Amino acid sequence: MNTLTIYLRELKSYFAQPTAYALIVIFVFLSLGLTFTFGAFMRTGDLSLFYFFFYHPWLYMLLAPAISMKLWADEQRNGTIELLGTFPVSTWSIIAGKFLAAATVSLVALLLTFPMVITVNFLGNPDNVAIISSYIGSFLVCCTFIAITMLVSAFTRDQVVCLIVSVTICTIMVLCGYEPVTTELAKATSPGTAEAVASLSVWSQFASLERGMFRLQDFIWFASFISISLIGTSTILSAKRA
Amino acid sequence: MIEVVNISKHFGTKLAVDNLSFTVKKGEVLGFLGPNGAGKSTTMRMVTGFLPPSSGDAKVCGISITENPYEAKTKIGYLPESAPLYNDMTVIGFLNFCANVRKLSGSAKNDAVEKAIETCFLTSVAHQSIDTLSKGYRHRTCLAQALLHDPEVLILDEPTDGLDPNQKYEVRQLIKRLGKDKAILFSTHILEEVEAACTRAVIVDRGRIVADGTPAELIAQAPNSSLTELFRKVTTTDTAA
Repeated sequence: MNTLTIYLRELKSYFAQPTAYALIVIFVFLSLGLTFTFGAFMRTGDLSLFYFFFYHPWLYMLLAPAISMKLWADEQRNGTIELLGTFPVSTWSIIAGKFLAAATVSLVALLLTFPMVITVNFLGNPDNVAIISSYIGSFLVCCTFIAITMLVSAFTRDQVVCLIVSVTICTIMVLCGYEPVTTELAKATSPGTAEAVASLSVWSQFASLERGMFRLQDFIWFASFISISLIGTSTILSAKRA
Repeated sequence: MIEVVNISKHFGTKLAVDNLSFTVKKGEVLGFLGPNGAGKSTTMRMVTGFLPPSSGDAKVCGISITENPYEAKTKIGYLPESAPLYNDMTVIGFLNFCANVRKLSGSAKNDAVEKAIETCFLTSVAHQSIDTLSKGYRHRTCLAQALLHDPEVLILDEPTDGLDPNQKYEVRQLIKRLGKDKAILFSTHILEEVEAACTRAVIVDRGRIVADGTPAELIAQAPNSSLTELFRKVTTTDTAA
């Protein structure tokens, strides 16, 4: 009940300001734009949406921090954290409400790319299960980055600092599993090290979902990253008051 | 109604509140005086459950804020020092949100919001966005939030700060009126406010209580019968400390 109240407030706050609209428009524009330009969607003649989804982690590493950087930084700067802290609401309800609101904004952005799905279905007979699982994978990558940004946001009252730090972390999480980087890393160190580093990246989990495989281990990977970040957020917030 | 027992708070090595104890009964308005940095806000933040005490406890209506924070918080209305608000909301939107958090719904919610708006004279700005409000209105919006659920205990951190003389008078009258059937703890550095609104006052300095009594008792103790003189005598100045 309280989670819902916090969720609705945060969601209204996103849509009361230009933030959500700007992010949604930028995401839709760039994800479709990149598919048709660098992804060469028309030339490859392939009905899979591989190149459409390929650019999502790259966009999320910038946009997910932008969506969620304000979540705690703003509360700390305005002092409203003191109101929340004295309301009969658990920290967990607040964390869940805020996380779900940011996730909803990203979900809206993601769902607004539906013309791509209509297009490939109109042109031929694509693997719609793989498309659905890719959408789920894409959403989970975004949720992971939102949770990480929330954790960073709990540390600071400065949104810019939060944005810079979270973008850096998310970029590392994208790059350390990106094939050209892992190849170089394996050459420079050992294949084992490169593999260990790549396991922190979102790529392998996302890649298996992109192929339409629902593997339990991928969901556990996403769930553990998200829950560790959210538990970390709660710990930081309590530690700051103690 | 408010029972503070040997409460202390350390921030690192700094001792902000040192073994403070006091009680506020129903029908009592306790003025919490002290120089800046004396530990007034920290004490209030501990009583409201925002900061966990380093040691000691506070009970609100007999419920411990450390053991049962959820229940205790439902009994408290709190106005923080800087009157923080969500700038992207309207006054009525913000009060509706607070009412939802306080588990008010339906007509009870509407009545509570309407009453709080009336009590705090916010009718003219009810549908205005909070970031366009003047300081006085912002303060009163935050006060309205504290009164919304008709709490048994009110904790107000400098409720008249930043208000014009007319608004100050109104808020003092409001505190006096509400104090008849609630327990109110409010902090101030305006000494006239003590005589105008409090039934009892304590003066805090460097985390400790240095004077406690009804306004008349304090004035009787004071040199030249002046609260200002008493305040100056029992507290340390920044330059001396």
